[in-house]
Amino acid sequence: MTPNPTAPSKSSRRRLVAAPALLAALALTAACSNSSGGSGDGGGGAQTLSGDCAKYQPYAGHSGTTVTMFASILSPESDNLEKSWAEFGKCTGIKISYEGSNDFESQLPVRVAGGNAPDFAIIPQPGLLAQMVKSSKVVKPPAQTVANQDKWSPVWKTYGSVNGTFYAAPMSANMKSLVWYSPKTFKAAGYEVPKTWADLMALSDRIAKAGGGKPWCGGIASGTATGWPATDWLEEVVLGTYGGDVYDQWVGHQVKFSDEKITAAMKTVADWMQNPAWVNGGYGDVKSIATTTFQDAGAPILTGKCLMLQQASFYKAQWPKDTKIGPDGDIFAFHLPAVNPAIASPVEGGGEFLTAFASRPEVQAVQNYLSSSDWASSRVKTATGWVSANQGVDKSLYTDPIDRLSADALTDPGATFRFDASDMMPAAVGSGQEWKSLTAWFAEGQSIQKTAADIDAAWPQ
Amino acid sequence: MSVPGTPSPAVALAGGAWGDAAIKFANSFGAIAGFLGILLVVFFAAGRARGRLARPLAVAVFLGPAVLLLLVGLVVPLLRTGYLSLLNDDGTRFVGGENYGWAFTTESVQEVLVNTLLWLVIAPLVATGLGLVLALLVDRMRGQAVYKSLIFMPMAISLVGASIIFKFVYESRGPGQSQIGLLSQLAVALGWDDPPNWMLSQPLNTFLLMAVMVWVQTGFAMVVLSAAIKAIPDEITEAARLDGAGGVRLFWYVTVPMIRTTVVVVLTTVMITTLKAFDIVRTMTGGNFGTQVLANEMYSQSFVQFNTGHGSALAVILFLAVLPLVAYNIVQLRKERGVR
Amino acid sequence: MSRLNAHDGNPLGTRRGSPVRKAFSSPLASVFVIAVTVLWTIPTLGLLVTSLRPKQDVTADGWWNAFVHPDLGLGNYHTVLFEGGSGVSTGLMPFLVNSLAISIPATLFPLVLAAMAAYGLAWVRFRGSDTVFFVVFALQVVPIQMALIPLLRLFSGGAHLGSLTLIPPVDLKGSYAPVWLAHTMFALPLAVFLLHNFIAQLPRDLMEAAVVDGASHFKIFRSIVLPLCTPALASFAIFQFLWVWNDLLVALTFAGGTPEVAPMTVRLAQLAGSFGGRWELLTAGAFLSIIVPLIVFFSLQRYFVRGLLAGSVKG
Repeated sequence: MTPNPTAPSKSSRRRLVAAPALLAALALTAACSNSSGGSGDGGGGAQTLSGDCAKYQPYAGHSGTTVTMFASILSPESDNLEKSWAEFGKCTGIKISYEGSNDFESQLPVRVAGGNAPDFAIIPQPGLLAQMVKSSKVVKPPAQTVANQDKWSPVWKTYGSVNGTFYAAPMSANMKSLVWYSPKTFKAAGYEVPKTWADLMALSDRIAKAGGGKPWCGGIASGTATGWPATDWLEEVVLGTYGGDVYDQWVGHQVKFSDEKITAAMKTVADWMQNPAWVNGGYGDVKSIATTTFQDAGAPILTGKCLMLQQASFYKAQWPKDTKIGPDGDIFAFHLPAVNPAIASPVEGGGEFLTAFASRPEVQAVQNYLSSSDWASSRVKTATGWVSANQGVDKSLYTDPIDRLSADALTDPGATFRFDASDMMPAAVGSGQEWKSLTAWFAEGQSIQKTAADIDAAWPQ
Repeated sequence: MSVPGTPSPAVALAGGAWGDAAIKFANSFGAIAGFLGILLVVFFAAGRARGRLARPLAVAVFLGPAVLLLLVGLVVPLLRTGYLSLLNDDGTRFVGGENYGWAFTTESVQEVLVNTLLWLVIAPLVATGLGLVLALLVDRMRGQAVYKSLIFMPMAISLVGASIIFKFVYESRGPGQSQIGLLSQLAVALGWDDPPNWMLSQPLNTFLLMAVMVWVQTGFAMVVLSAAIKAIPDEITEAARLDGAGGVRLFWYVTVPMIRTTVVVVLTTVMITTLKAFDIVRTMTGGNFGTQVLANEMYSQSFVQFNTGHGSALAVILFLAVLPLVAYNIVQLRKERGVR
Repeated sequence: MSRLNAHDGNPLGTRRGSPVRKAFSSPLASVFVIAVTVLWTIPTLGLLVTSLRPKQDVTADGWWNAFVHPDLGLGNYHTVLFEGGSGVSTGLMPFLVNSLAISIPATLFPLVLAAMAAYGLAWVRFRGSDTVFFVVFALQVVPIQMALIPLLRLFSGGAHLGSLTLIPPVDLKGSYAPVWLAHTMFALPLAVFLLHNFIAQLPRDLMEAAVVDGASHFKIFRSIVLPLCTPALASFAIFQFLWVWNDLLVALTFAGGTPEVAPMTVRLAQLAGSFGGRWELLTAGAFLSIIVPLIVFFSLQRYFVRGLLAGSVKG
């Protein structure tokens, strides 16, 4: 689950300062868009855009219109989004009015059911997308957007589809199968980055016995979405133990949570993240994982109280701004090895999907633009910490080592790639009972059997 | 009325935060002026009616707007919720009482019901009881205005704000680290080396959450009850005292009966607030660690998990749970009217 | 009951000691009251102190240490107010304006409508007026969450009977009107209840004299009822203002989160999300949000109880 990958950032101060200036510019251009860039005479015919704006010609002709967008992405990450389409807005005269909310998952259904849907929603969960499609308010994308999908690997197109019909273009892609660590600490202690699960477990044991810091830290608190990081741990283990087929059946509930395979995977998670000797570095006992926010979880790595944290690529935003991130820096990440060595490079990923609830021409123009590699490249250039699975993006644009690592893994043809399972499951499980039960599993020491049975019972009939 | 969000180009040029504020306030006060203007015209017109029509017309004008708004805003949604609670979760099939059966037989929901019951009984009783004691004690103290104001102050803070404040009080750090939560620090100062993680300690955590509600509501109870005690005519207490009643007896046999109605109204108000409030649990634990309450579970079922049938059934249960309380109040009111 | 009206009712005023009070007076009682007051004040004080401390101090040790090593400043307030971030705004200012622009009409509308209804139920008696009153009272307990979707649907789609449009749809985007309307609807039950208690107790002679003079109900309402029930109106106004100001759910649903219409609470919820563990900013934002209600409360509190009490006190 990726409720709000971009949430808080300890390094946000600088970017926050930049925002007002950008906004002022945005507001100005929105107010007098006709005079800038293009020659838009507004005489009813299509505008002709020239100079820097020429590349936006396909989207021209809708000057003076406004398109609303609703998402869970908050500042400062949303500032980067707005920056990435600022030029588009300036040239075409289409104003994109953005609203971010941390109540997105409950507010979107309310607004859609109430007939007050936004023009666009950026939905991170295919499960929620399916639910919205069921409400029959989602509008199918225009032909150009569909054509843009050829730039994406076919599997991404299926995540934006419901019952075989394509609805929503993927925007970002994030890599979840990462372990954050400190290369400096590892070097000083003589630890090697593990290549297999067995190595990883042996290393954990070694670190624990060495005294000093504990090998692992973790945090699953995230407001009303508390529990989602724990679903990721389980998903990593299921995918890395059994491979894609079992994973897909699990998502479809052909393999239940109480199935031996899944309870065995839960046991593996328990031996790893509920091992009292191994967690929770810098915070306390196993139970403290339930009250530590996912944002705070990795902080003890910087002080050596904890050595490793399993979190997605977007966790990069949580490190203080003066942290040096790189293979020789204060902080870096390695690819979480497969539990079962027979599974080739398991990669769990997440992403966001641009869903339209209106078919006005300006809405379609925006939809076409945001599904193009032009926009993806523009977003990559705006700021680091964002990866597109769009293969039309030149990989050399990724200047950040974590971004590059993620992009490589996400586009690796040899990888066993799967989308975050809880995001694909029905909301009653994926954004409800699974969070609750896994939280109880960590916080209250509830048994694996009961945890699994409770989740199965919540599966919609 | 014009739309504040889309100022005309001319206005946008004038721009600036103050211009923006001026437009917004102009909107609000324009709406108020329009509203009062229409009322005045209607009053003037309806006031000229004479004869048989005058009375029905007066009833319609005085009650019409409120009744219409209540029908649309509360009665229709209530009926709709009742109807949805008899359907399955995506509203496609009639399932009868199945959702209610689910609510009373599912273990996690039973826990929610028990928690809600605890909240309903304990929080209002503690808030009202403490408020009554304070009301009795504070009035004879010097500088009572200061004490009353400070105790009443949390009432002005939103429940979300109060939750943020208390999240900070209950914050817990591992042993050996500097505590930043006041409660943990107090525990350490009292010689408890390793205080627990408060929000995880069941069933203590539910009571710690209730403390937030008590913190907010006690001042309200105190101020209202204090005024009620003051309103007791001196002759009555004086007469009782001449009959030889002492302080405590006076309290039980004179003060308490005299302010009983006020106590009931305060209890009811606090109870209704308690029942509806989902902000505290939502903000502080997200309903985890065995602290979930009905109002929050209903919200989550309906809007996050798309189980509209389950959510609606919980809403109806919530409504029915308070109904006896309302009925009791109504009986009391009826009695009073009969007396008058 | 009329004794109450004669009584000044000032909750904060001093008063000669009654026997009951004397029975409860002892040094111990004073200590108890002082202890509770301190206990009740400390959390808010902690909030204030935390919001003034620099980030590294906030996470390093408890706020009480600020008294030992004072290092306080307004930096966090500056950040929250002017660097709010999120491409939608430059800080909390527009949201503060929205909060006021929402709260004032949303307090006044139900106040006037409820006073009218209360008068109608109390003095223009008709068959079934008691029943109407009790139904209105009972509606207090309807969970408002359940009304969100039907109301939103009504506002966005209007109401139709066959092909006949009863209520035209409202353009929801960037308008305060839906928020005002929703708050008005949800406030009416409590408002009618409180005001009815007060208005029903106005002296009968006064009303009858006015009728003899030939005044219509409308005239009586305007020139007798409204002036006489000012305390009740004021107390409900405070209640309602605090409620609207502090509301998140209704605003989020009917106003959305854009700076054109969203109030402070919606913005603060966004901040809480985007700042996550950043206590120092969250506390600054939270303290900002309680300043206005505190001002309103402290300036009007003397009316609060007077109006609230009527009807519930047996004299």
